[in-house]
Amino acid sequence: MNPYTNKGNKATRTGFGEGLLAAGQLNDNVIAIGADITSSVGVDLFASAFPDRFISLGIAEQNCVAVAAGLALEGKIPVFSTYGVFAALRAADQIRVSVCYNNVHVIIGGAHAGVSVGPDGATHQALEDLSIMQALPNMTLLSPCDATETKNAALAAILQCRGPVYIRFGREPMPDFTDPNIPFKIGKASEMLKGDDLTLIATGHLVWEALLAAQILEKQGITARVLNMSTIKPIDREAVIRCAAETRAIITVEEHQINGGLGSAVAGVVVTECPVPMAFIGMKDQFGESGPPLELMKKFGMDAASIADTALHLFRKKMSD
Amino acid sequence: MESFQTTDGHLLREHATIIRQLVLQSLTEAGSGHLGASLGLADVFTALYFSVLRHDPAKPQWPERDRLVLSIGHAAPVLYATLAHAGYFKTEELQSLRKLGSRLQGHPGRDHGLPGLELSAGSLGQGLSVAIGMALAARFDGLNHTVFVVMGDGELQEGSVWEAAMAASHHHLDNLVAIVDRNGVQIDGPTEKVMHLEPLADKWKSFGWNVAECDGHNREQLIETLKHRRNATQPLVVLAHTIMGKGIPAIEGDYRWHGKVPSREQLPGFLKDLRNMHKT
Ligand SMILES: [Mg+2]
Repeated sequence: MNPYTNKGNKATRTGFGEGLLAAGQLNDNVIAIGADITSSVGVDLFASAFPDRFISLGIAEQNCVAVAAGLALEGKIPVFSTYGVFAALRAADQIRVSVCYNNVHVIIGGAHAGVSVGPDGATHQALEDLSIMQALPNMTLLSPCDATETKNAALAAILQCRGPVYIRFGREPMPDFTDPNIPFKIGKASEMLKGDDLTLIATGHLVWEALLAAQILEKQGITARVLNMSTIKPIDREAVIRCAAETRAIITVEEHQINGGLGSAVAGVVVTECPVPMAFIGMKDQFGESGPPLELMKKFGMDAASIADTALHLFRKKMSD
Repeated sequence: MESFQTTDGHLLREHATIIRQLVLQSLTEAGSGHLGASLGLADVFTALYFSVLRHDPAKPQWPERDRLVLSIGHAAPVLYATLAHAGYFKTEELQSLRKLGSRLQGHPGRDHGLPGLELSAGSLGQGLSVAIGMALAARFDGLNHTVFVVMGDGELQEGSVWEAAMAASHHHLDNLVAIVDRNGVQIDGPTEKVMHLEPLADKWKSFGWNVAECDGHNREQLIETLKHRRNATQPLVVLAHTIMGKGIPAIEGDYRWHGKVPSREQLPGFLKDLRNMHKT
């Protein structure tokens, strides 16, 4: 059974906003940059608490990112948040050169991750940000699983990290189930559920779906281990190798293109260190569309039932090999 | 410090000639790079580093120094030559330009540890934004230094420059000065043929900037323009009219020399041209 209790659905973007506010209370150098949609990406809390440390730059993401680099070069801790599609893609060159090549501590919040953005449709559903951010030298890439963890991840990203950080979160209220007293450890995956037959390595709010999928599998007599990969880069190699060696089958679960996201990062470790059968849950080289979040997750094979189905196939393959 | 605040015309001319010589020598040794903009900006860099900027080569991280951000990374040779001539590192190191393991990367890279280098840059259209961040930081910290940024004119075709222009004006950054190397040419030819920039001064004015135009080879005029800009409440842009390749008559204004360097055979003649210009 699922040992976690949903304390009530809450959007991870809200968690990000709380983390940013808390970081601002702890450190005067934290500065937030707004690109118009501040209330939608969790920056409004900070902006009303610290109006003097909020800089409005309008709908101009490229400028926002490079301004952040200038602030960071001077010792400030700039946090820039907007929709992931704009942050990671429109401003990719600025992130590459002004932020990553200069290796400055700029925190980029990528909101509206995945198809669960819902009715806004494909243009606003970030499904490529992990690929692009992962490819950049010096970048740390975080993808927490619920609002509570996102708050702690934001705190860690802002106050503990050095260098560039991209933190990804979603729009829709989703189950909030992790322990607020567990501090976020950058680069460390957490084992959410024990199991020996296969491992579901999930990221973002799909960790919850993976936990539900494990329940379905349990009824078929399969014990699935669930790993929350809340840091995509640097990936927790040790945890991946352990799961591969101990369960001999790995399914990655992400609300992102399967090209270049979590699945690719995990496969890179598995194939070089401990090759075992793998399967990939995620967007299969296509765009999303409008619709209710849960139905979209179902349509694109990211709900618990689809995950369990894929896992079952992989388990059978493993047993027949 | 005193030697960097000069207005002595003879001394400034001396500095400009030496910087041009160093640019020519280092680019010839490198065998590749961009000669045109570096020669064209030699007087601007002379005015900045030997008269306008508050800086100290012995303390490159001095918090109250004026910042100089080079947005057109391909003009790195003139920045390197100026920094070396001002004493940030030995001029011999200029011979390592563009070579493996060098601190003098083809386009500026801070990760290689060159003192005096404020920003890694090379992708056009980002320096003005970074300079805005630095100017905002100075305001947060109550420091009264100035942030200067050097841009190319072709660079102004990047849309992000105008995002930045809007933002600097919106935030009334009176501690920000942008210098545009208005040489009228870019790699494919004259700027007005590749993509019209005029009326350029009006564009900046309409974005809320103070605009000054000057002869980018008249060091006294540059110094006057860059130093006496107080009581402003808006950022300043200086359109510095320069000649690409200034100092070498055979290449002056020739856009084909944007991304070329002299051969070893050409170098002595080019250096002679510089000596002739120095005398006149
Ligand atoms: Mg030009």
